[in-house]
Amino acid sequence: MPNANFLRSFSAPMRATSGGAAARRASFLTDWRQYVAYLGFALIFVFFSTTLFDKGFLDPNNLLNILRQTAMISIMSVGMTYVLAAGEIDLSIGMAAGLVSLVAAVTIDAYGSVAGVAAGIAVGALVGFANGVLTTRIGIPSFLTTLAMMGIARGAAMWMTQTKSVPILDDGFIWLFGGGNLGPVPILVLWTVVIAAVGHIVLRRTTFGRRVLATGGSEIAARYSGVDTRSIKMRVLIISSLTAAIAGMLYAGRLHSGRFQLGEGDELSVIAAAVLGGTSLFGGTGTVVGSIIGSLMIGVINNGLLLMGLEYSQQLIARGLIILIAVAISQSRRR
Amino acid sequence: MNSAALPAVAVRLAGVSKSFGGVRALENVDFEALPGEIHALLGENGAGKSTILKILNGVHAPDAGGVEINGAPLGEYTPDAARRAGIGMIFQEMSLAPTLTVAQNIFLNHELKGKFGFIDDAAAARRSLELFATLGVEIDPLARVSDLSAGQRQLTEIAKAISRDVRVLILDEPTTALSSGEVENLFAILRRLKSNGVAIIYVSHRMDEIARIADRATILRDGRRVITAPMSELTLDKIIEHIIGRRSRGFSDVARKAAARGAPLLEAKGISGLRKPEEVDLTLYAGEVVGLAGLLGSGRSALARILFGVEPKRAGEIRIKGVPVAIDSPRDAIAHGLVLVPEDRLRQGLILEHSVEANASLAILDRLASWSFVSRARAIDAVDRQIVGLRIRAASRDAAVRTLSGGNQQKVVVAKWLNAEPDIFVLDEPTAGVDIGSKAEIVALVRALAQRGKAVFVISSELSELLTAADRILVMADGRIVSETARAEFDDPVPSDDVAEQLNHAERQLSAIIQRAYARN
Repeated sequence: MPNANFLRSFSAPMRATSGGAAARRASFLTDWRQYVAYLGFALIFVFFSTTLFDKGFLDPNNLLNILRQTAMISIMSVGMTYVLAAGEIDLSIGMAAGLVSLVAAVTIDAYGSVAGVAAGIAVGALVGFANGVLTTRIGIPSFLTTLAMMGIARGAAMWMTQTKSVPILDDGFIWLFGGGNLGPVPILVLWTVVIAAVGHIVLRRTTFGRRVLATGGSEIAARYSGVDTRSIKMRVLIISSLTAAIAGMLYAGRLHSGRFQLGEGDELSVIAAAVLGGTSLFGGTGTVVGSIIGSLMIGVINNGLLLMGLEYSQQLIARGLIILIAVAISQSRRR
Repeated sequence: MNSAALPAVAVRLAGVSKSFGGVRALENVDFEALPGEIHALLGENGAGKSTILKILNGVHAPDAGGVEINGAPLGEYTPDAARRAGIGMIFQEMSLAPTLTVAQNIFLNHELKGKFGFIDDAAAARRSLELFATLGVEIDPLARVSDLSAGQRQLTEIAKAISRDVRVLILDEPTTALSSGEVENLFAILRRLKSNGVAIIYVSHRMDEIARIADRATILRDGRRVITAPMSELTLDKIIEHIIGRRSRGFSDVARKAAARGAPLLEAKGISGLRKPEEVDLTLYAGEVVGLAGLLGSGRSALARILFGVEPKRAGEIRIKGVPVAIDSPRDAIAHGLVLVPEDRLRQGLILEHSVEANASLAILDRLASWSFVSRARAIDAVDRQIVGLRIRAASRDAAVRTLSGGNQQKVVVAKWLNAEPDIFVLDEPTAGVDIGSKAEIVALVRALAQRGKAVFVISSELSELLTAADRILVMADGRIVSETARAEFDDPVPSDDVAEQLNHAERQLSAIIQRAYARN
């Protein structure tokens, strides 16, 4: 640079060293808070391992069961991580999963499993596309768009079969979506691992992931930097609905049927999982691995409280308190 | 107000020290402000000014030393205690609730109560009118704050402060958002408050304002007091010398080499915005810096936003390197090699919570990636090159830009664009809120960009900065370009030996053009 000499003569004495130490300390603290999910997960796991040792908490079957039960939440939390990181929210995923389970079941019955999967994915994409258009083109906040979509998806699912569940008899579908094992590994776990790995790499390593975080960090600054923020928001909402579609079909495969109730209320568990994992509700930060840990944490808590023999009402209270404490720590900011 | 016997000293800090996590922000600082004086507090960002303000405002407690207000020691350091002691602060970022009315804001948290203890909005409106009358301004107490201009909001802040009978008024960069008429108004009010015995502590980077309004100045550097002296004993160069801490001639250090004007890179014809600007013609040449002067609200920033594709244009044509182009978004502009360093770096320029690296690489992600996977090594390489080249002072490339000083934040915005290797730079108020040392660095950088063959367009309210940076200066008034003058024409035909005096002469010439443009309307 031709002006380097000039600048050297002008700049004030370096203060970076002293200020740097403080900044490093601060960033260590914030980082530490982000890792609270991992720490909390470890703590809760150890706690249940010791207190529930004789009740079979550590039994491999019980652990695999936890993984199976949390798979759908984990998968949807990958999509939710993108949505939250981009500064939006998606409340429609739970109902979308239920709708997709029914669409898949009905289509499998009529045209076979390949068509069923295609129809399920298509419905998921359509819900996400509608969310995206309403949010980015018309400018309705995603909270409202997806809240409305939640009702529409549930209504459509109930209307489709007059609230009746539709059985799935296709063995291939049931194996691939939910029921099967690959060696000792449940196929649900494989789905989770694959989707989480792809989600993690795309968010951390690709231009798209960086732009998602930038959009959530400051939409205006991202736009001024040449990021097409509308397209980013559109895409994260479609990704979220696609993970909901996969979760819906996994529910269907696991229960051998499509039902409108499947996925009911999952949106809140999924958001809780992402937030537990250190993703900000206000955008700009988020890790897929954290969300998966958050989801497992919720699963372990549910399982442990059940094994402890608490009544359902007590489970609800205990779970709520644990989640509140963890979120309070992970979201607290330096003042 | 005048009747009460005035104490000799309104604010006294004696031997105040304050550290934050091992970093010394203030070291044994003595400071006095007298009743009925306007006392300027000067220093670079990080020199300790805001720490003093925060101690006075009760946000921080000093580690050592004490504070006396009107002769009485401040017992505890809380915002409430500071307020009770008679300290009022006008915040840089305004602290008004936009959805409430002017009167509701003024009496926020000490609402006037009527019968039965209900809030009496009518009384608040009446009292607000009286307050505005003492300030000599007219603002509707029932207007919503969101409908006010920046200047009116500022006056509302001041009314809010004096509604609590302040004895010490602190203003932190109060004129950043004001038009020059509003600045005059503010100064008139400050003088009136001063004559009523209020002690005013005035923090600003704008030297011209300080020279006009302040009676005395205290200069801080690296957390220590360098000097306190009457303004009459301080020249501009002396102030800058004390602030920076080594011999310097401010802007006059920036070399002005005659630039070789190259090919036209941007030609804009008949550009009109939805409201402003009106039929602006503009040609930017390679190797040339064009300055745009004009008052706030004249349409300067709107022109920049139109060129960058943020704001739609109503009419006009833009050619880049002779080819007509359609710029409908910043993406289009960047693709055509035109970038904007925006007016509001905190909102538009940066993602504050993200790292220096993330910010500086955001605009060039595609270039850093293969198969859309961003290469960390390439990103680090590109960002570090700019950190070194621009001398960005940050704890590391991973530090959040929020932790950087204003000048360094602005350099991160510039770094983002340097990596994109554009041909045309538009900079909108690039040195607003930046300390004087970094200001000169940024102006030198603007010159360096032109020398490297870029076309540079600088919008600024600081005339000395424009005159130092630009080869050609346009003046905008009410959305139209009203004059275009080569920089050389501002020079005194019989130049003085003193470089600072030469700059002063040019500044008076340019200021006269702007004032005449507004006088005509």
